[in-house]
Amino acid sequence: MSFASRMRPPNREARAKLWLRIRRNWQLYVLLILPLAWLIVFRYAPMYGAQIAFRQYSPAFGIEGSPWVGLANFTRFFNSPKFEPVIVNTLVLSFYSLIAGFPIPIILALSLNQVKARLFRNSVQMITYAPHFISTVVIVGMLFQFLHPRVGFTASLANAMSARPPNWMGDPGAFRHIFVWSGIWQGMGFSAIIYLAVLSTIDPALHEAAVVDGASRLQRIRYIDIPGLLPTAMVLLVLSTGQVLEVSFEKVYLMQTPLNLGVSEVINTYVYKVGLLSPILDFSYSTAIGLLQGLVGLALIVAVNYLARRMTQSGVW
Amino acid sequence: MTALPSYDSNINKVNESRVDRIFMSSNTGCLIIITLVVLLPLIFIVSASFSSSEAVIAGKVTLFPVDFSLQGYQTIFEHKKVWNGFANSLFYTFFGTIFNVAMTIIAAYPLSRQDLVGRRIITFAFIFTMLFSGGLIPTYMVVRDLGLLNTRLAMILPTGIGIFNLLITITFFRTTIPPELIEASRIDGANDFRTFRSIVLPLARPIIAVLALFYAVDHWNTYFRALIYLKDQELFPLQLVLREILIQNSIDASMLIDIEDLVAREGLRELLKYSLIVVASVPVMIIYPFVQRHFVKGMMIGSVK
Repeated sequence: MSFASRMRPPNREARAKLWLRIRRNWQLYVLLILPLAWLIVFRYAPMYGAQIAFRQYSPAFGIEGSPWVGLANFTRFFNSPKFEPVIVNTLVLSFYSLIAGFPIPIILALSLNQVKARLFRNSVQMITYAPHFISTVVIVGMLFQFLHPRVGFTASLANAMSARPPNWMGDPGAFRHIFVWSGIWQGMGFSAIIYLAVLSTIDPALHEAAVVDGASRLQRIRYIDIPGLLPTAMVLLVLSTGQVLEVSFEKVYLMQTPLNLGVSEVINTYVYKVGLLSPILDFSYSTAIGLLQGLVGLALIVAVNYLARRMTQSGVW
Repeated sequence: MTALPSYDSNINKVNESRVDRIFMSSNTGCLIIITLVVLLPLIFIVSASFSSSEAVIAGKVTLFPVDFSLQGYQTIFEHKKVWNGFANSLFYTFFGTIFNVAMTIIAAYPLSRQDLVGRRIITFAFIFTMLFSGGLIPTYMVVRDLGLLNTRLAMILPTGIGIFNLLITITFFRTTIPPELIEASRIDGANDFRTFRSIVLPLARPIIAVLALFYAVDHWNTYFRALIYLKDQELFPLQLVLREILIQNSIDASMLIDIEDLVAREGLRELLKYSLIVVASVPVMIIYPFVQRHFVKGMMIGSVK
C-alpha cells in the first residue's frame, strides 16, 4: 500500500490537522455516500463477480461456492473454432472504424473553422450534428430501408439506370463498409465539436502574423491549426484505441443477419449469445471471454498512452 | 499596410489572394456536399412517411412526398404496442434522467472541492470503471441478485453516473465556482449542505441542462438494457418495439387486418416503418435545436482540462 503510506502525514500534529480537515468537510462525504454506494454495487461488485471466469459457475452453489477450474474457460475459448473469426472480425471492424473515422471529424472541423459566414456555418453544424441524436435502432432500420433490394433508395436508383438492384444488407462483403460509413455519417458532426472548440482557443495573433508573412489559408491550416489540434487528437486517439475491442454491441447486433454472421460476429455479440441467449447459459465461459476483452483493452490503453506521452508529450494521464 | 488585417475582419477579403479564393470556394462546396449527404436521407425518410403505400413500394419517392397520405401514421396511432412503448420510454427517460443528474451533481460537487481529503483516490475509483469493467454477465448477475430483473428499476438504477459526464461536471464546478465564494458563504455561517443548496445548485443550471440532455438522449435511444433485463412485453421501451418492427420485420397481423390485398399489405408494412422512424425520432429532434448551444458549451467545458 504505497499510496496509503504516501498519504499518511509524518507526525501527530499533521495527522490531527488532516483529521480536522476531514471532520470539517463531513457533509461533503455525506453527499458522496449515494454515488459511492452506486459505484460499489453496480461497478465494483461485478468486478468481484468476474472471478467466475476462473470457476465452473452453477447457480446452485453461487459465486464463492462454485469450484475453481483455473484457466479452463480461457483455454476453451482459445481452442474453440469461434476464436479466430470472432477476434479477427472485432479487430478489422474496429481498426477500419478508427482509421476511416478518426481524420474525418478533424477535416470537417478545420473546414468549418474557415467559414466566417455565421448563418451558413450554423446551418452546417446543426444539420451535421443531428444524426448523432438518432437511435441505433432507427439508424439500422434506415439502412435496411435504404438498401432494401426491392423498395429501397438504392433499388430505385438501380431501376432508374436499369441495372440490377443490389442487395447490400445481405452481402457479407458489404457489411463492414456499411457499418463503418454509416457510423461516420452519424458521428462526424458531433465528433467535430470538440475540435472546433479547440480551434476557437488558438491565439488569433498567430494567424495575424502568418497573414502578414504572406501565408495562404492552406498554409495557416497546415502550420497553425493542425499543430494546435494535435494534443487533443492524440488524447482522443488513445481513448479510442483502448476501446478497440469494444465494438458497439447495439449496432452490430442489429445489423447481423444469418448471411453476414461470418464477418459480423464480434466479441461483444458472442459474449451475449453464449451468456444469455444459448440454451445452456454458460455464465463462466461468457465471463471469461468478456474478461479477456476487458484486460486486453486495459493493457492497450496503458501502452498507447505511454507511447503517446513519449512521442508527443501529451497523453490522457 | 497600415493596420494588421485581423483574422476575422472583412478587410481580409479584399486582400485575399487567388489561391485563397479558390480554396475558400472549394471549401464551401465540400461543406455543402457533406451537408446534403447528411440531410438528404433524413428528408427521404420524412417524405416517404407522408406518401401513399403504393408510391413507397413502387420506389417512386425521392425528395418530396408522392400522393400525400397519413395512412402510415394512422396505422401507428391505432397500434397499442407502439404507444405502450412510447409511454414506457417517456417513463424511463424522465425518471432515469432525474436520477442520473441528481447522482452526478452530488458526486461532482464534493470531488470538485480542492480541500476534500481523498478526492484523488475517489475520483480515480470512478475513472477506473471507464477503463475496465466486470463485464456483461457479472453485471447481469448483480442486477438479478438485487431482484431487479424484469422491473422498471432495472432500466434506471444501473445507469447511475456516466463517468464522462461526471468529469465535465467536476471541471464545470472547478472553473465556475471560485473557492473564495465557498469560503465567503462559510464565513456567513452556511454549512456545506446550505452552500450546496443556495450557492452551488443555482450556479449549476447550465451544466444541469447539458447533463439532462445527454442522459435523456441516452435513455430514449438505447435498447441494450431492455434487451437483457426485461422479459415482459408490457415494460418494453419504444426502441425494443421498433427493433421488432424495423429490423426483425415482425408486424402484428392485427395491424394490417383490414387489408385483404397482399401487395397493399406489403406496401403498408414498408410505409409503416418510415412513419415509425419519424415518430421515434421526433421527441429528440424537437428539443435538440434548443439545447444545441448548451451542449456545445458543455463539450467545451469538458475539453478545457
